[in-house]
Amino acid sequence: MLNIFGHTFRHGVHPPDSKELTEHVPIRRMPFPKRIALPLRQHAGKPARLLVSMGDRVERGDKIAEADGFISVPIHASAAGTVSEIGWWPHPDGSMAETVIIDVEPFSPQVPRPRLVPNWEGLTPEEVRRAVQNAGVVGLGGAAFPTHVKLSPPPDTKLEWLLVNGAECEPYLTTDHRTMAEFPERVHFGIRIMMQCLGVDRAVIGVEMNKPDAIEALERTKPDDLNITVEPLVVKYPQGAEKMLIKVVTGREVPSGKLPMHVGVVVQNVGSIATIAEVFETGLPLIERVVTVTGPGVRRPSNLIIPVGTMLGDVLDYCGGITDDAAEIVFGGPMMGSSQPDMRTPITKGTTGVVVLTKAEVKPKKTYPCIKCGHCLEACPVFLNPQLLGALAQAGRYQEMVEHHLMDCMVCGSCSYVCPSNIPLSQMFALSKNQVRKAPPPAKKDADKEKVA
Amino acid sequence: MEPRRFELTASPHIKGPDTTPRIMWTVVASLVPVMGAAVWYFGPSAVLVIGAATLGSILTERFFGHRGSLADGSGMITGILLGLTLPPGLPMWMAFLGGIFAIGFGKLIFGGLGQNIFNPALLGRAFLQAAFPEDLTTWPDMSGSWWALRGDNLALPFMAPDPAATVTGATPLGLMKFEGIHTETGRLLLGATGGSLGETAALVILICGGYLALKKYLDWRIPVSIFLTVAILSQIIHALAPDRYPDAVFMLFSGGLMLGAVYMATDMVTSPTTPMGAWIYGAGIGAMVVVIRLWGGLPEGVMYSILFMNALVPFINRATQPRVFGTGKAVVES
Repeated sequence: MLNIFGHTFRHGVHPPDSKELTEHVPIRRMPFPKRIALPLRQHAGKPARLLVSMGDRVERGDKIAEADGFISVPIHASAAGTVSEIGWWPHPDGSMAETVIIDVEPFSPQVPRPRLVPNWEGLTPEEVRRAVQNAGVVGLGGAAFPTHVKLSPPPDTKLEWLLVNGAECEPYLTTDHRTMAEFPERVHFGIRIMMQCLGVDRAVIGVEMNKPDAIEALERTKPDDLNITVEPLVVKYPQGAEKMLIKVVTGREVPSGKLPMHVGVVVQNVGSIATIAEVFETGLPLIERVVTVTGPGVRRPSNLIIPVGTMLGDVLDYCGGITDDAAEIVFGGPMMGSSQPDMRTPITKGTTGVVVLTKAEVKPKKTYPCIKCGHCLEACPVFLNPQLLGALAQAGRYQEMVEHHLMDCMVCGSCSYVCPSNIPLSQMFALSKNQVRKAPPPAKKDADKEKVA
Repeated sequence: MEPRRFELTASPHIKGPDTTPRIMWTVVASLVPVMGAAVWYFGPSAVLVIGAATLGSILTERFFGHRGSLADGSGMITGILLGLTLPPGLPMWMAFLGGIFAIGFGKLIFGGLGQNIFNPALLGRAFLQAAFPEDLTTWPDMSGSWWALRGDNLALPFMAPDPAATVTGATPLGLMKFEGIHTETGRLLLGATGGSLGETAALVILICGGYLALKKYLDWRIPVSIFLTVAILSQIIHALAPDRYPDAVFMLFSGGLMLGAVYMATDMVTSPTTPMGAWIYGAGIGAMVVVIRLWGGLPEGVMYSILFMNALVPFINRATQPRVFGTGKAVVES
């Protein structure tokens, strides 16, 4: 497996990484906007339960909604102000979601209430978990999975590795890159806490090789008493997909339908690790995050620390506005992110970036018949047959799609990216997966359909 | 902020550079040197025959295909490839008819681009071979003026060509099969031999195909698999009976193997989509070529080998589905 060119997985695609716009732009703090919108659903799992009512005055860092169950986290006010509205508001996923609107107090110093910062070394794993949950920490890589759940493996699981995901394979985004380059100590501190909490003695930080300054910074600040390796990875999409990263670093394949825990691995995004460190440094919950605002349609591409809940329009205004030919605004990266039609949509905990694409990138493409070139088969990182699945999707044959492992598709978009006939494969699979989840096809008749050729 | 409208699409929001027309037109461009070699060796006859076949193809595509399908370039490829497989002295009307058949019955009848089972150009040639067996196996001699036509190219439609117009010669495979004469490797490589228009210049085809393989516009596994199979099988047979059977080098560079392996077998529509399938498909073609050439009634078997394997592609695809990540054997190991 040793390879001087860095490690990688098989298949995948090579979109231009387009990171030059912001990769050397230091992270700056964006000033507080006039209003912020905090959806109660910012994480995978159950939405948080509302704690405040109209007219309430909140300080920065106050809990405004509490976790509802285990797979849920609280939401905190990201600025001091008054709750002016509670209702339906545009959500980054395209729907309307229950949201708390806070009118930010002008001229406030935005100082959080004094709080106790627990000494993490004295805490049991259970107490660390609770502190992490109470701080509302979720995965900052996009999926926003509650971090404390990852810190709570079932008792019979044997964990060996902590994988820190700094691959950032999505084009344009430099959020994790800048975090690693500017706050490497914080990353290492977060790793220390997580390693102790999980009881693992091995941590690997996977970083794509297009971030040499991040790799250098992490190597330079590596603590001597911990077994941490920085692993340079080949620049290839989707290198940062959890299963791909595990395969590359450990050589293990996460079985279909199972979690990384099954192969003894916990994967955590670099940004979340840094947030955990912050929680135990300052006592502040997750109320702001690093967001890359970039793309050819933004006048001043930047890496910003943005209060969670800041609306898209305010973010773009702060970055000098958008150009006249801006045509599409994407939250997240251009491969897996979601388009935003509404300027009121807030940045949430899971928003890694705001990418503004221009007409040149998003002009409608003519679709041609499938010429069976097989490029999609060589792109799919999970070795599906997108060509076959696409034909089945067009025919609405979801049952057969499931038999051909539709549910292993992670909708990374690689097949759509390479398809010369511009067939919206990944898009159809997202839709089909939804269909299957809504109305699961009847169970398989016999077990040997599970058999794989 | 002023109200503005933005695109609302599902991810991914960016797209790679390749498009189907771009692939097709690149293939057309890569065929230009091959056609150039044909003109170099066979003179104006090459222009007439390839032109007639191409015209037949694109007219059929234009009038019977989907609206605008001519622009994707695939009809053009079929016409040129068909032309390249024909003997230089063939009457133009036959080539034209072949072009019509190739597109009409090889492609459009299945539903157009992407739907056909058989390589359209080879189906067109198979039709011509069945309809005009003598004219399809009349090879002109390589001597004579460059300007001279290599046969009765200008015969009127539906008129038999005048046999006196052709100074007949033989192909290296024919010489081998029927007279036991071995053609030099150097001549085979450069193409100064009798044969179909585009099949003689092995080196030019290899270079153009290599370019396409680098651009990933053809699956390199298919020609490599064909060449390996042909080379290994024929070398073994040659070792058993050196005076009866030709060696691997001759087998590789003679006849239509180069053109077939590089341009015909790799047709995306009619070849397997799975990497493993490509190896099997190529091996099947290679084995059949050797069998037909050495023991069949015909001197050449590339066309039928490819058409036969085309028919098996759906089965090959089904049998060689890749192992999905996180399933099967590898999981047990961990």
